[in-house]
Amino acid sequence: MADLEAFRGEVQRWIAANAPASLKGYTFADDGDANWGGKKATYAVPELKQWLDVMASRGWTAPTWPKEYGGGGLSSEEAKVLRQELAAQKLPPALIGFGLEMIGPTLLRYGTEAQKRQHIPGIVRGEVRWCQGYSEPDSGSDLASLKTRAERQGDHFVVNGTKVWTSYGDKSDWIFALVRTDPTAKKQDGITFLLIDMSTPGVSVRPIKLISGKSPFCETRFDDVRVPVANVISEINAGWSVAKALLGFERNMIADTFGSSRGGDSARRGSRLANLGRRHGLGEEGGALTDPVLRDEIARVEIDERAFGLTIQRSRDAAKAGHQPGPESSIFKLYGTELNMRRTALSVRIAGPQALGWEGPGYDDEELDLTRQWLRARGNSIEGGTSEVQLNIIAKRVLGLPD
Amino acid sequence: MQLVLSEDQELLAKTAADFASERSPLARTRALRDASDPVGFSRPLWKEMAELGWVGIPFPEAYGGAGMGFSELAVVLEALGRVLAPEPFLSSVVLGGQALLRAGSETQKKEWLPRLVAGDALLALAHQEKGSRYDLQRVDTRARREGDGYVLSGEKIAVLDGSAADAFVVAARTAGGAADAAGISLFLVPARTQGVRIERQWRVDSRNAAIVRFDNARVPPGALLGSEGEGLATLEQVVDLATAALCAEMLGSMSEAFARTIHYLKNRIQFGVPIGSFQGLKHRAAWMFTEIELCRSAVMGAVRALDAGDADATKHVSLAKAKCSETAILVGNEAIQMHGGIGMTDEHEIGFFLKRARVAELTFGDAAWHRARWARLCGY
Repeated sequence: MADLEAFRGEVQRWIAANAPASLKGYTFADDGDANWGGKKATYAVPELKQWLDVMASRGWTAPTWPKEYGGGGLSSEEAKVLRQELAAQKLPPALIGFGLEMIGPTLLRYGTEAQKRQHIPGIVRGEVRWCQGYSEPDSGSDLASLKTRAERQGDHFVVNGTKVWTSYGDKSDWIFALVRTDPTAKKQDGITFLLIDMSTPGVSVRPIKLISGKSPFCETRFDDVRVPVANVISEINAGWSVAKALLGFERNMIADTFGSSRGGDSARRGSRLANLGRRHGLGEEGGALTDPVLRDEIARVEIDERAFGLTIQRSRDAAKAGHQPGPESSIFKLYGTELNMRRTALSVRIAGPQALGWEGPGYDDEELDLTRQWLRARGNSIEGGTSEVQLNIIAKRVLGLPD
Repeated sequence: MQLVLSEDQELLAKTAADFASERSPLARTRALRDASDPVGFSRPLWKEMAELGWVGIPFPEAYGGAGMGFSELAVVLEALGRVLAPEPFLSSVVLGGQALLRAGSETQKKEWLPRLVAGDALLALAHQEKGSRYDLQRVDTRARREGDGYVLSGEKIAVLDGSAADAFVVAARTAGGAADAAGISLFLVPARTQGVRIERQWRVDSRNAAIVRFDNARVPPGALLGSEGEGLATLEQVVDLATAALCAEMLGSMSEAFARTIHYLKNRIQFGVPIGSFQGLKHRAAWMFTEIELCRSAVMGAVRALDAGDADATKHVSLAKAKCSETAILVGNEAIQMHGGIGMTDEHEIGFFLKRARVAELTFGDAAWHRARWARLCGY
């Protein structure tokens, strides 16, 4: 513990010396504006780039990754201290993205030494932005039925096919993709996990407009794209188990996104939903809300969020105590996304007619944002494995119910 | 707070689970019901539980207790909840015992607590009245000063384990109107006091509950528990403790009802396959699992917050009771539905879980009541 406290002091001094003071309390306008890195990165203020560079120079953009690949080499306890100190100073994340959350952990587990040396340092420094090539127009929940073909020609594969829901594909430098290398094998056994440079001739990207009006997702086409065989992760035709491991990382990321702010001390802060109601005619500051039904629904969402936060904490505490991950972890993606959908839908009902604006006069930015967030959230129970697929997984793997 | 069982707590859980399955199968609860047993639980088994140290868990060593907390008591109650054991933990250890521990004088504590911890004396809390529902400050029973003592008049209902208690902690008004916060006093009244009449009630879960009438029951000045007129705070405190304890029991009961249902889904064959292979049932089972996991976290959070004296403890208790009340009913209903026709029969045990779930839901406030309390505590 004494070592940890010494480390905390070191972190505090380092932050004081290196973090741009203007970034304290800085918040990104929305998810798409955050520091995602990559060759096409743009920064709202130059200090964001400076912050990325100093953090990356210590490997603290990827605190627990090995130092030999540019990571921070911290223990999980030290990484927690770092998170706490960054949060205490209200500093924005120096870097986020699918490199850090998905392909990085996958490469560390399955990559060859050469692959790790080629890709990990670029992820840590935010130089390369990654996207995910999993779903296809005819392969949604039934992911293993994917048809994108990769035919071997000497040292290369020639890739043809279409991927959909490639998040931020138009802004990414590399894509990790599932491709079919053996059309004759059982569907899970003919899939290979392949890394593809998006600047290769034949790769084209088209943004998809969502019901929220935004386009975080793209459709990515491959027309005779030549990819070195050396870009295969694990073995040829053994991509399905790599794909599933990465989905595990993805679900953790999604659960973290929806669960991290709900645990711990959130109940001590004022109720954001109740305050929203007060700003929209449901009562005076400090008083009880005048609509008893909405009041009950707010309490229901808050109680479920707190119970969910406690469940995430329970899972982490058990891991720290050395227990194997318990069955509770399987519910995170399912419950976290459903909660976000309930909260955003309830927010719209609380704001009432003021939540109906699409753009233009009569609605402020917060109100317009409520509308868009509600619509965007409808995708939460679809992306990253639908809620129905999550329920199937719980029923099979946790409860042991028969097929 | 750490939401993980310590090694000692794991050991306690194992001991309690073994005891529950060996000494207290559900058939025992059925037999007590079928015999219309006036006590409703087993005094010899209670004595055994005391000898195991469970009755004394949340009492200081000075009174023979273990000096542990509600985190430990919850572990035992969860195990006993799995077999619907009807022994009087809520009434004697928590409601009556903790009221005495927290508000009583040294003389009162020395007189009662060592015997209570040893399993030789039982206390009960008489607070609820007709129409008071879950409102602790709605007290119409009166205590008027007479000479140097008090005279009690009024009627209490749903006094848990009331027909087996040796003494009652009674909430009675020494001042104010029926709904005032001030003016409520607590009295420690032996069951054999003249003017006290006890009538066993028969409720849907067949556990012991009683109507206790005070007909000019005279008690000495030493019967007053704590300060005159300031009983509400103690009442609220012990009911919060009891609510958390009840949630631990509910967690055990819903977990067992769920486990039995999953077992049935795997073994019941219709259309030539186990019915658990049907997605219509699988998804509902997975949702139940999810809700039970949240209940477990909520219960662990509540008892740890209470043990730590956390300022948020009351909120944690309402969180736990809101979650457990709804989930216990959900699981109770689904358990019967998924068992099909056999689940509707008295011969099958699954129906016992729904009956107990309903009583637990409507004790100390249902889900909607606790959500309203949560909203109030959060300032809206």
